Amino acid sequence: MAGPVERDRAALTRINALPRWLVPALAAVPTVVLAGLFVLPLTTLLTRVVRPSSIRDALQLPGLAGVLWFTLWQALVSTVLTLAIGFVPAYVLARYRFVGRRTLLAIVTVPFMLPTVVVGAAFLALLPDSWHGTARAVVIAHVFFNIAVVVRLVGAMWAVLPTDLTAAARTLGASPAQVLRHVVLPLLRPALWTAATVVFLFTFTSFGAVRLLGGSAHPTLEVEIVRRATQLGDVDGAAVLSILQLLVLAAVVWWSARAQRRGVHALGGSAHWRHARSRRERRGLSAVGAAIAIVMSLPLVVMASRSFRLGDQWTLTAWRKLGTAEVRPGVTLGVDPIASLLVSLRFATVAAVIAIVVGGLAALAIAAARRRGALLDVGLMLPLGTSAVTLGLGLLITFDTAPFDWRASWWLVPLGHALVAIPFVVRATLPVLRAVPNDQRAAAATLGASPTRAWLAIDVRRIVRPLAAASGLAAAISLGEFGATTILTRAGTETMPVAIARLLGRAGALPRAQGFALATVLLVVTAVVIVLVVGAAEQEGLFDARRH
Amino acid sequence: MNARRFFATALVLSTLLTACSSDNEPKTVTMLVYDSFPIKDTPLQDALADFTTDTGIKVRLLTAGDAGTMVTKATLTAGNPEGDVMWGVDNTLLSAAIDAEIFESAPVQVDYGDVCVNYDIAWFEDRNVAPPATLDDLVAPEYADLLVVENPSSSSPGLAFMLATIARYGEPGWEQYWTDLRANGVEVVESWDIAYYERFSGAAGSEGDRPLVVSYGSSPPAEVIFAEPPRSDAPTGVSEGTCFRQQEYAGVLRGTDHPTEAAQLVQFLIGERFQRELPLTLFVYPVNKVVTLPEVFTQFAVIPSDPFSVDPAAIAAHREEWQDRWNEIVLR
Repeated sequence: MAGPVERDRAALTRINALPRWLVPALAAVPTVVLAGLFVLPLTTLLTRVVRPSSIRDALQLPGLAGVLWFTLWQALVSTVLTLAIGFVPAYVLARYRFVGRRTLLAIVTVPFMLPTVVVGAAFLALLPDSWHGTARAVVIAHVFFNIAVVVRLVGAMWAVLPTDLTAAARTLGASPAQVLRHVVLPLLRPALWTAATVVFLFTFTSFGAVRLLGGSAHPTLEVEIVRRATQLGDVDGAAVLSILQLLVLAAVVWWSARAQRRGVHALGGSAHWRHARSRRERRGLSAVGAAIAIVMSLPLVVMASRSFRLGDQWTLTAWRKLGTAEVRPGVTLGVDPIASLLVSLRFATVAAVIAIVVGGLAALAIAAARRRGALLDVGLMLPLGTSAVTLGLGLLITFDTAPFDWRASWWLVPLGHALVAIPFVVRATLPVLRAVPNDQRAAAATLGASPTRAWLAIDVRRIVRPLAAASGLAAAISLGEFGATTILTRAGTETMPVAIARLLGRAGALPRAQGFALATVLLVVTAVVIVLVVGAAEQEGLFDARRH
Repeated sequence: MNARRFFATALVLSTLLTACSSDNEPKTVTMLVYDSFPIKDTPLQDALADFTTDTGIKVRLLTAGDAGTMVTKATLTAGNPEGDVMWGVDNTLLSAAIDAEIFESAPVQVDYGDVCVNYDIAWFEDRNVAPPATLDDLVAPEYADLLVVENPSSSSPGLAFMLATIARYGEPGWEQYWTDLRANGVEVVESWDIAYYERFSGAAGSEGDRPLVVSYGSSPPAEVIFAEPPRSDAPTGVSEGTCFRQQEYAGVLRGTDHPTEAAQLVQFLIGERFQRELPLTLFVYPVNKVVTLPEVFTQFAVIPSDPFSVDPAAIAAHREEWQDRWNEIVLR
């Protein structure tokens, strides 16, 4: 039987009922994007190349069970460790304000954005030789690359967690550990689930890190898919394995989306960040900050230092000769760093705009549709769990006849990047939207606002900050994306990761050092994008807080 | 705007657009290339510009992935290709490409090169040991724990080196060879750049400690050309008896809209003007006999007189089986 409280809640919901057309209107664009650029290409590929016999053949591949088991195992271990370790920087960066905070945030985020081909080599150099080619090396690299996900997604939630709740708990005599366990963790649960899901998706489908660090003895499903598609020409086998991978991940995402919804609490009150007050607190903060900065930046420093090293000496030659200049009479490297930088920046901007628009609309639709939003929610996550090679080949054969012959269109590349970035935008926005307390809407209704007006004033305004923060993430994802880009054909539009891979892929000291120089440029650009966009987002947030 | 005006405007626009692409305009031929093919500002581009000047045909380069990916894509789009000409199908992929009917007519060979064991000259001189010369040498005790190779499942030089052993020892002798090589401490990595720069000791600026690596016969001249500060001798040498010959082909793709122009381009690719630029840009050898090699190549590169090779049809038929077998022998 419904008690008085439930009845009140039902009444509140009814008063605040949004018009029926709102959800379909919001969901239209994301649905079309998802259907046209994800579902259609994959089904086209499947129906075109897969025969019943190829399903049987692919599922009976020798060693498949072992590959599946290793893939699952390393993804689980990586996810748990990333969450546990990422918790500390997430807390420090969300709760404290201190000098160098933005830089620290950038240092933590950059590894996630850089192509593995770049950081992987430096990472390899830092690990002891005996660890090369071990599962341990893969897990360590996964933690390093994915810490940013925890800092971003959990941090975004933590930053809006009302401080008066924890303060009240402390006043009532709870120890910090008790506050963490009984107040903070339950409130963070949705964000923790989200971060865990995203990290799991990334580590389950990880390619570069596994190949570089895990060596030959530890292939994952994705490594096998890429090998089939690109080395053996066995596209049907690759497609079947991609679907297998997708099914596993769809199940995980579905399950986690349910768990996430169950854990949602409406959050009222205000959030404050703090400055370290006592001397002890200041010291602790500096120590933790320094430790995070050193650990996270070490591979990046090693990588950058290699651009100053030619043969056995330190030199600026690689930097001076970066560009189109002849390195010897009649010999050029055919890589134009400025052009590739501009291409990358253009793609990043386009990808970020698409991701913000589509992802923002999707998040609003999913939140407004409540339970029924799950389908779109899960659907938009799936591109993250899909093999880039398979999706790229699907796009290739889907849009190949006029007037939809888009194969050589440059915008297919940023669109592909946006497909990967959209889930992040949704993830960063949704927990904030779901945490909008009903009494705020009720108050708006009481003050005479129509449900739509209240929704515009409360929900839509709330997502501005997470959206702005996510746009930096989307741009950075595009800057570093390597997998899908290499499949989609392009003319004269070489992105930086592609140019770097080309330089690092040839013999000779100079191209090698120039590859690392270009990687350093990418690192700096990515860091600047993060600092600028995050800075802008937080100023916006401050402004809001002051107005409340 | 009412419907009639809309259609009138659309009609005018479409007429204009058609007019723009009429026969008077220079034709553009699109050439698909693998991603290590430079796309701008190299002597290859100068040569292609000369082709445009002579014939009025423009050339556009499209890159996508490595050679394997390029062939996979062409297979999927056979008959409705992304471009008109393809550059760079090698003999390990050739048979599969021809079976998939991606070409209009038989492709022509455009260049060749070798995958060979390279050695660190200084390392062997310091120890007064002769570097290995043949595949047989590599399993000898004095070369224990010195060699690093790439996985044939993920790397094209790795595949070429495995094929060299299959050509040399046949079936099933090559399996025993790899068992011995494993017992002799061969190290396996996933890609050429990890092998060459992280594990090999001979390349300038490399981090490794192994003096033997599977690389290219043209790696030593690259070490000289790109050395900084410049040097007059190569730090690495080539073991001549370990080489597998790689040949690259180019051809007109089936379904092209410009068969005549595409064929003209393929003819140009094997002509002297284009071929003479190949060594210093792609580090491969020209097939055109008129072209003379640059001095740095005649001095430091090794072109083995009798390299190993395997019939492309046999490679296409057995590649996966051989790779799986190799995995069992070397990695399990």
